[in-house]
Amino acid sequence: MSEQLIIQSRTEHLREARDFVAGLARDFGFDEEMVGMISLAVDEACTNVIKHAYQYASDKKIVIHVSQKNGAFEIQISDEGKSFDPAHIPSPNMKEYLSHFRRGGLGMHLMRSLMDNVEYKSNEKNNVVRMVKYLSDKKPA
Amino acid sequence: MSDFKLNVRNINDIHVVDIKGYLDAHTAPDLESAFSKLLDDKKFKIVVNCKNLNYISSAGLGVFMMFIEEVRKNSGDIKLSNLTPKVYNVFDLLGFPLLYDITQEETDAVKKFGA
Repeated sequence: MSEQLIIQSRTEHLREARDFVAGLARDFGFDEEMVGMISLAVDEACTNVIKHAYQYASDKKIVIHVSQKNGAFEIQISDEGKSFDPAHIPSPNMKEYLSHFRRGGLGMHLMRSLMDNVEYKSNEKNNVVRMVKYLSDKKPA
Repeated sequence: MSDFKLNVRNINDIHVVDIKGYLDAHTAPDLESAFSKLLDDKKFKIVVNCKNLNYISSAGLGVFMMFIEEVRKNSGDIKLSNLTPKVYNVFDLLGFPLLYDITQEETDAVKKFGA
């Protein structure tokens, strides 16, 4: 089973993206805490697309595709903006990060903390971030 | 309908910012403007009451990080109170409790300013 939502690249649509994914995650069987974590990860991914891939151009599209099978809840978020290589963005040492009061760059760290798996793929056409969360009893060893 | 609202009130020389709703990349500029105005007016003792804050993303957390340094340089602080467990979890995931003074109740935060 899979569902898709397409939003325009504007921050005013972030809530719509969160609500779309939250509804599906709830139906899939996640508790409210998990639903909140998953929709926050989606918000962070879409915010990164708006800021970095599209650099605030407001007339572009973000495709949010959700599929569900065998206890895995998978979200793919794709854009046609500027690609980036997440390998160049290490997870920050949070204590050091915070002690220097740096702003921004926390979104990806949050996505990695909230989801079981986060992968990026870019080709000539588009960038895709794929995030997976497993129902607790279905998580692969 | 706005997803985010804020209100600033005074308790002596302490400014309490009540925030309500959803703090994300769309609404974070509203909080940024409110902090900018307080700092422009040399108001450095700030409590943010998060009792009615339903949601925060890293864009919202970034606003706190933007101002904390300048506020502390001026012998002030941004203290946070009344966080719901859901919002506290996001702060906690990023290690904010190490750096920010977070209290259960607004009155505790106000007292810590020596009021």
